[in-house]
Amino acid sequence: MKLPTVGVETPTDREVSVRRVTDISVEIVSDSGEGAQKCGQIFGSVSAKMGNGVWTVEIIPAEVEPPPRNPAGASGIRIRLGDREVTNWGDETDVAVAFNEQALLGRHRLNALAPNATILLESMWATHPDPSVRKQWEEAMEELSDREYRIIEVPMEEQCLTVVDNPRRGKNMFVLGLLSWIFDRDLERARDQIGHAFRGKKAEITERNVQLLELGYAWGAEHLDFRYEIGTLEASAPMVVMNGNEAVALGAVAAGLELAAMYPITPATSVSHMLGEVFERYGGVVHQAEDEIAAAGVAIGASYAGRCAFTITSGPGLALKTEFLGLAVMAEIPLVVVDVQRGGPSTGLPTKVEQSDLLAAMFGQPGDAPHVVLAPATIEECFHVMTTARRIAEALRTVVVVLSDANLATGVAPFPRPALSPEWQAAPPDQRPIPEGVKPYDWDPRTGVSRRFIPGQAGGEHTLTGLAHDERSKVAYDSAINERSSTMRSRKLLAFQHTLIAPEVNGDAGGGDLLVVGWGSTRGAIEEAVARARAQGMSVSSLHLTFLSPLPPGLKEIFGRFRKVMTVEINYSDKKGDPFVTDHNRRRGQLSWLLRATTLVDVDCWTRVLGEPLRPGRILQAIRENMPGGTR
Amino acid sequence: MSDSCSLLHVLHEDEDDRHFEMGDYQGPTARWCSGCGDHSVLAAAQRLLTDEQLKPETTVFVSGIGCSSRFPHYMKTYGFHGIHGRALPVATGVKLTRPELDVFVVMGDGDCVSIGAAHWIHALRYNVDMVALLLDNNIYGLTKKQTSPTTPQGYKSNTQPRGSYLPAMNPLEATLGVTNASFVAQTAEWVPAHLFATLKAAHQHRGFSFVRILQRCPHFTPDMYSEAVKKPALVQVLTHPEGIRVEGLEQLYPNQVRHDPADIHAARELAEDASVIRLGLFFRDESRPRYEETRALGKHTAREKIDLLNEEFERYAV
Repeated sequence: MKLPTVGVETPTDREVSVRRVTDISVEIVSDSGEGAQKCGQIFGSVSAKMGNGVWTVEIIPAEVEPPPRNPAGASGIRIRLGDREVTNWGDETDVAVAFNEQALLGRHRLNALAPNATILLESMWATHPDPSVRKQWEEAMEELSDREYRIIEVPMEEQCLTVVDNPRRGKNMFVLGLLSWIFDRDLERARDQIGHAFRGKKAEITERNVQLLELGYAWGAEHLDFRYEIGTLEASAPMVVMNGNEAVALGAVAAGLELAAMYPITPATSVSHMLGEVFERYGGVVHQAEDEIAAAGVAIGASYAGRCAFTITSGPGLALKTEFLGLAVMAEIPLVVVDVQRGGPSTGLPTKVEQSDLLAAMFGQPGDAPHVVLAPATIEECFHVMTTARRIAEALRTVVVVLSDANLATGVAPFPRPALSPEWQAAPPDQRPIPEGVKPYDWDPRTGVSRRFIPGQAGGEHTLTGLAHDERSKVAYDSAINERSSTMRSRKLLAFQHTLIAPEVNGDAGGGDLLVVGWGSTRGAIEEAVARARAQGMSVSSLHLTFLSPLPPGLKEIFGRFRKVMTVEINYSDKKGDPFVTDHNRRRGQLSWLLRATTLVDVDCWTRVLGEPLRPGRILQAIRENMPGGTR
Repeated sequence: MSDSCSLLHVLHEDEDDRHFEMGDYQGPTARWCSGCGDHSVLAAAQRLLTDEQLKPETTVFVSGIGCSSRFPHYMKTYGFHGIHGRALPVATGVKLTRPELDVFVVMGDGDCVSIGAAHWIHALRYNVDMVALLLDNNIYGLTKKQTSPTTPQGYKSNTQPRGSYLPAMNPLEATLGVTNASFVAQTAEWVPAHLFATLKAAHQHRGFSFVRILQRCPHFTPDMYSEAVKKPALVQVLTHPEGIRVEGLEQLYPNQVRHDPADIHAARELAEDASVIRLGLFFRDESRPRYEETRALGKHTAREKIDLLNEEFERYAV
C-alpha cells in the first residue's frame, strides 16, 4: 500500500517488541454508532477480570448521530490500565485506535494523545474513491505530523468485510481483537463478555462478533510489531466492575428504595435504564414522569405515604425540581435526590463532566431550606451512598442530595464486592397508631427531629403543609412560630453535623506548605497528583470532602496547619491576572466559596471547565504553580 | 417489637367496628369567605366519607395552592397541602405506592388548568384510581382577582382590566380529548344533591375520576352563574341509568337530556356546546388500564431482595 503522507506506516516484516508498563491509557474513537464504547467496555471488563486496575471513561458527543468523519463528533472511550488500583482517567493516551482520521484529529486537538502515542488507524480513507475524503485525510496527516505519533494503518473495513456485510457493525469487535493481541488479553473472557453484551439477541450475532474478535487478534499477531505487558494485582477480596450509574442503581436496590421517579436527562438516564431492566425484579418501580417536576412530586408523594422513593436528574432537572425540594424540606418529607452533574449553566455540556451544581444543590431553594448534600468520590461510593442517603433522609425527615457527575456516571472501575445485608433495606411503612398527644412536628428541642407520621396511622391525621406551620401542622399566623420552626429545621442539620468525624488528611496530617481540598469525582486524580508532587519533594497534602452540607467538623483547625489551602474543582473560577480580576471581586470555585464563608480561611482555588475529568498531570502542574514561596 | 405491634394493628383493623359520624371528618372551621362555593364541596365531601364510612387514617386529601387548596386543612383525615399546580404528581406517588389508601385531589382552576396543566393531562392518562376535583370559579381568588384559563373572554380582572383576551378554556373538552381518560363529570356547587351524587359516583369509579365543579367566588366572580342559578332552564342535566342519578332533580331541573356515558363521541359534542350549562356524567369507562395496577410495587422481603441482588452482582463479578 502506498504511503500517502509522512509518518504513516503499514505493517511490514517485523520483530515483536514487548514493552513492560505499570500504567497505560488506551483510547478507541469512531463516529457515533460504530460501537467504540462497547469495545472499550469489554476490553476494560476483561482487563479488570484479569486483575488489572482499570478506569474507563466514555467520550460522548452531544448528538445521537453527529455528522460522520467530524472531529467534534468523535465518540469513543478511554481505558486506563494499571498494575495497581486506577482511580482516574489519567493524563494522555498512549495507544489510540481510530476508525477514521477525523475522529483522531478531534482527540489530537484536545491534547488527549501523548506526544509519542501509538495510533492504529483505519486505512480505507486514504484511498477512498471520493477525492474530498482523500484530501481530508492528507490534511489530517499534515496536521498530525507535528507530534511524534506512530501511526499504523490497519485495513479494518477490508478485514471485517470477510465476516460481515456491514462493517459499521463489526469494526469494534475486530478492534477488540487487535487490542486483545496487543495486551495479551484472555480471549475466553472476551468471548464471555461478548456473549453477555449481546445476550437476548440471536446466537449468530454473538458468534459473528466472536469471529470478528478472533480475526482482529489474528491480524494483530500477523502484522503488529509491539505488545504490552502489564502486571496484575492480587485481589484480596472478590471484586465487581461497573460504572457509577450502575452502582447508583444497584445501590438503590440495596438501600431498599422502592420507587425511582425520573424524567430522561443526560447523563443521569442510564441509571433508569439499569433500573428499568433490573429494578422490577426486586419489586421496585421506575416511574417515568411527564416532567422533572412531576418526578420529584411522585417521589415526594410516595415518601409521604411511607415508601422509599428517590428521584434522579442532572443540572437542568435539578433546577426544575427546586420548588418541590423546598416543600420537602419545609414539610419534613424524606427524599433522596441524585444529581448526576454535567456542564452548565443551562443545557451546557450535556455529556461532559462538571462540578457546578454544588451551590445550587445547597442553596437553590428560595427561603432557608437546610438539607443534606453529599458527594460520592468513587464508583464504590456511588453504590454505598444510596443506603447512607436514604437513612439520613429518613432519620432527619429531610432532603438528601447526592452529587455524582458524568465522570463517575460513565467511568467503569472494579471495587470490592459489597457484602449485602438485609439490614440495609428499609422497614415497611409504620402503621402503628399514633399515641395520643403526639404531634406531627413534635420537634425535640435537642435535635430538631420529630416523629414521622404516615397515612394509615390512626390518630395521626393531620394536613401537612408547605406553609409555615406549628407543631400540630396548623398554618402559622404567629411570626414566632416561623422563627421557631426554622430553628428546628436548622438544628437537625447541626445535630447531624455533630455526628460527623473530621476528614482524614491524605499526606501529612501535621501540616505543610499546601493543602489541596476536593470533593466528588476528582478524588482519584487529586490524590495521584499529590502523590507525584510529594515524590518530587513538595510539601503538599490533600483533603477530600464527602459531606458538603453540613460540612464535617475540624476543617478550620486542619486548614490552620498549612501555609496555603486551595480547592481543586471542575467548575468555573476567574483566573488571577485576568482583566478586572482582583482578590476582592474574583469569582471562585464553588467549594472554595463555601469554605471561605464557613472557615474565614483565605482558601484559594484552581478550577477548570474543559468538559473533561481533571488530569492528574495538570493538577500536579497547578500544585507546583501554587506552592507558597515556590517549590522547595 | 415493631413488627409484632404493626401485626396487632392489622388484626385490630380486621375487626374494625368503628362507626364514623360526619363530625369525625370535620376539621376546624373553614376560613373561606361566606358564600364561597368551597363550603358546599367540603360539606359534600364530608357527607360522602360518612356515607362510605371511609377510615380517616387511610383517607388522603391532596391539594395544591389557592383558596380551594386549603380544603385538606378542614378535613379530619390525612392531608397534603403542597405547591401550586403539583397536587396530581403527589397524589400519584401516594396512590401508586399505597393503593389501599383512598385518595382525593382538590384543585382550583389556576392550579389544574394553568400551572399544573401538564400533570392534569398526564394524570388522566395514568388513570390512577383517585377522585380529582376541579373547583372552578373562573378566577384566581387567593391572589385577588387575576384572569385564569377558564375566565370568560371579556371578563375584567386585575391582570386584564380591559377584559380577558382569550376565549375561556373548556376543561371538559380538554379532558375528554385525553387518551385513557376514564371518568369525566361536571356538577355545580349550587346544586348540592347533584354535587353529592357526583362525588359518590366519582369515588365509586375505579380509575381517575375527574369532576369539574362550577363555582362562584363571592368576591371576584359573584355573578358568574347568577343567571343559571335563577333560571334552572339554563341548566341541562344529563341522565342515564348508568349516569349520575339524583332523585327528584327533574322537578327542579326539568331540562334533561339522555346521554349514555359510554359514548365518548356524544360526550365530546355535549362538552363542546357552550349554549347551555350541563351537569352530569359525560364519560365513564372502567375497562381502561389503571397505572397503579400495571405498575404495582412488588412484595419481596428484604431477604429476597438481597438474594436477588447477590445474583445480579454475579454479572459484574471480576
